[in-house]
Amino acid sequence: MNNSVTNTARLFGAGLRALLVLTVVCGVLYPLAVTGIAQALFHHKANGSEIRSEGKVVGSELIGQRYDLPLKKGQETPQPDLKWFQPRPSNGLGTNTVNTQYKLLVSGATNLAADNPELLKSVKEAQTAVIKDNSVNGYRVKPSDIPADAVTSSGSGLDPDISPQYAELQVHRIAAKNHLSVGQVRKLVEDHTDGRVAGFMGEPRVNVLQLNLALRELTEKG
Amino acid sequence: MSPFLAAVLQLLALIAALALAYRPLGDYMARVYSSPRHLRVEKWIYKTIGARPDTEMRWPAYLRGVLAFSAAGVLFLYLLQRLQGSLPGSLGFASIDPDQAFNTAASFVANTNWQSYAGEQAMGHVVQTGGLAVQNFVSAAVGMAVAVALVRGFARSRTGELGNFWADLVRGTVRILLPISVIGAIVLVACGAIQNFAGIHEVGQFLGGHQQWQGGAYASQEVIKELGTNGGGLANANSAHPFENPNGFTNLFEIFLILLIPFALTRTFGRMVGNLKQGYAILATMATIWLGFVLLMWATEFTHHGPALQAAGGAMEGKETRFGVGASSIFAVTTTLTSTGAVDSFHSSFTGLGGGITLLGMQLGEIAPGGVGSGLYGMLIMAIIAVFIAGLMVGRTPEYLGKKIGTRQIKLAACYILITPALVLCFAAAAMALPTPPHSVLNPGAHGFSEVLYAYTSGANNNGSAFAGLSADTPWFNTTIGLAMLLGRFLPMVFVLALAGSLAEQKPTPETAGTLRTEKPLFSGLLVGTILIITGLTYFPALALGPLAEGLAS
Repeated sequence: MNNSVTNTARLFGAGLRALLVLTVVCGVLYPLAVTGIAQALFHHKANGSEIRSEGKVVGSELIGQRYDLPLKKGQETPQPDLKWFQPRPSNGLGTNTVNTQYKLLVSGATNLAADNPELLKSVKEAQTAVIKDNSVNGYRVKPSDIPADAVTSSGSGLDPDISPQYAELQVHRIAAKNHLSVGQVRKLVEDHTDGRVAGFMGEPRVNVLQLNLALRELTEKG
Repeated sequence: MSPFLAAVLQLLALIAALALAYRPLGDYMARVYSSPRHLRVEKWIYKTIGARPDTEMRWPAYLRGVLAFSAAGVLFLYLLQRLQGSLPGSLGFASIDPDQAFNTAASFVANTNWQSYAGEQAMGHVVQTGGLAVQNFVSAAVGMAVAVALVRGFARSRTGELGNFWADLVRGTVRILLPISVIGAIVLVACGAIQNFAGIHEVGQFLGGHQQWQGGAYASQEVIKELGTNGGGLANANSAHPFENPNGFTNLFEIFLILLIPFALTRTFGRMVGNLKQGYAILATMATIWLGFVLLMWATEFTHHGPALQAAGGAMEGKETRFGVGASSIFAVTTTLTSTGAVDSFHSSFTGLGGGITLLGMQLGEIAPGGVGSGLYGMLIMAIIAVFIAGLMVGRTPEYLGKKIGTRQIKLAACYILITPALVLCFAAAAMALPTPPHSVLNPGAHGFSEVLYAYTSGANNNGSAFAGLSADTPWFNTTIGLAMLLGRFLPMVFVLALAGSLAEQKPTPETAGTLRTEKPLFSGLLVGTILIITGLTYFPALALGPLAEGLAS
């Protein structure tokens, strides 16, 4: 009995020493080496691909943000600022519930099922809003024109992109609100459409932050 | 180019990349586990452990090594989380509650990476890199070690000796997982994944105001979480988060990393048993199931049945624009047919049948190609069952790779295939029957049951993905899923190692005209059929209540 307890303790000791030494290798040396290389070679990317405009950081190329009007008194959800290109809905984005000394973005999806009436309702409401917001000056959005990404929330809630179809759908509205020609805005969208990586990986997309930055430049110049 | 054509091209590129890596990596791994030489750094590690790496172990000793090392891992990781609040370098994050700390420790040591916490708001740098990411390496290395021990059981005769656990553990980590991870991490950073130890970033926005995110060693953990089929990301959204998976290329690269070792291990197996064709037969079985599942997933996701998806005009709920439906489907199938559980899109919002495919993938036992190591040993157990069934048909004692499959072997294999379904179905039934656990469910109807079934399937099979609507951070779910993960990982290992020991003791049986040719396509077909029938018989009633009911209604 005593003997087997000693043996077990000895074996557990070996396991613990193995864990500690491998922690040094995989948990200290490895991440530090990778961080060193990453910071030396890809400083900008390793720190979040931040975008600057007029000397100020305006966000990350990779992280989506909202383009809303300031909250008015009594309002609970902000209205979209229709002057700017709008991103996808992000109903799954959370607020931090622990360590609330910070206001961290907590990525996430809605996880609503395809047959959940709540999801159906939110899709229909989003479609109504897209039609209402984007039908301007004789241009009428047909329900069949609305791509799926415009009315669904992404997996991360931080999707920085919209589909080229959703960007195209917003062109008339952006032109009207910013007193630009449809042609000018359409060219802007075309210039900021990224195709699939190497022609076949992923899907074509338009980065909303970069598109809006270019739009601001265009309106300020004009 | 249509999204479907792009999806097909991505699949072909993935297969081509895996085919290129298959031979060199498989042969390299066979050399790693057979070489008599030790690297200098390995000698230093053995000295610290106090292990003699050239001492051969019989199966009980090998198993004791596995259990001692894993027990130390659970304890260390538990304490690290409990003490987070007092540790420097933790961004001032609070300590984790006992039930969640137990769940997370069990989860990462069991190669599951089920996460009942949201990474970016709960875990600081020290726990992420010094605790969770370390288990991403070593739990994978343990899985590979057990698989190699089983392969040695087939390859060796009249000895009972299975190699040295410490040597297999250290070599798998140092010679296989680390070098690939370093290269992979740098590739990910070059594409935009972040890698820093900064504090909380406060970043300005286009229309004013700020965003706050946590910095972190994303790339270095992302690569090993895929390569080691772990799945536990830094961020709550896992590989859907742009910092973990910035574009279409990294997405495909991450799928490649998940499949790399599990497929290549079949070559290692063929090499070590001295018959490459036996490895190809196992590979063919795995590849057939994986490919079939990808095609089924495309069929259901591109047609996007379900009222909300029909109204939206596409299955984009829970999916990222940059990946789209095609690539997200490949990722979902790959992650659930291996023990990974990383997600680039959220399975709960897939079509009813699509969600069912992810569930069924895990229920097959994650063997096509399965987790690193666990996929190979799981598939070899199924091969033994298939050989046994074939033996019953013709009425002769079954053999596999020159070893007789007798009563003891079949008992062990049967225990192996029964333990996981028992855990899944008993825990899921208990959760549904008790008054409080069902309150955690988000969605109404059949999908709500699927959330619970998915949780225990994912836990007991060591996957770690979720129908994430379930609020799993409750004492009940943290405790029961924690137990399911530990039992679902280590009880099967007991049976595998006992089996390996009994095989290694046997003398080889010479091949005769009546021996079943297990390297032929006929056997691969038999194996696919065995897997599907056994899983179907086990899980059909539960699947009918959940995803089938949802999928067929829409």
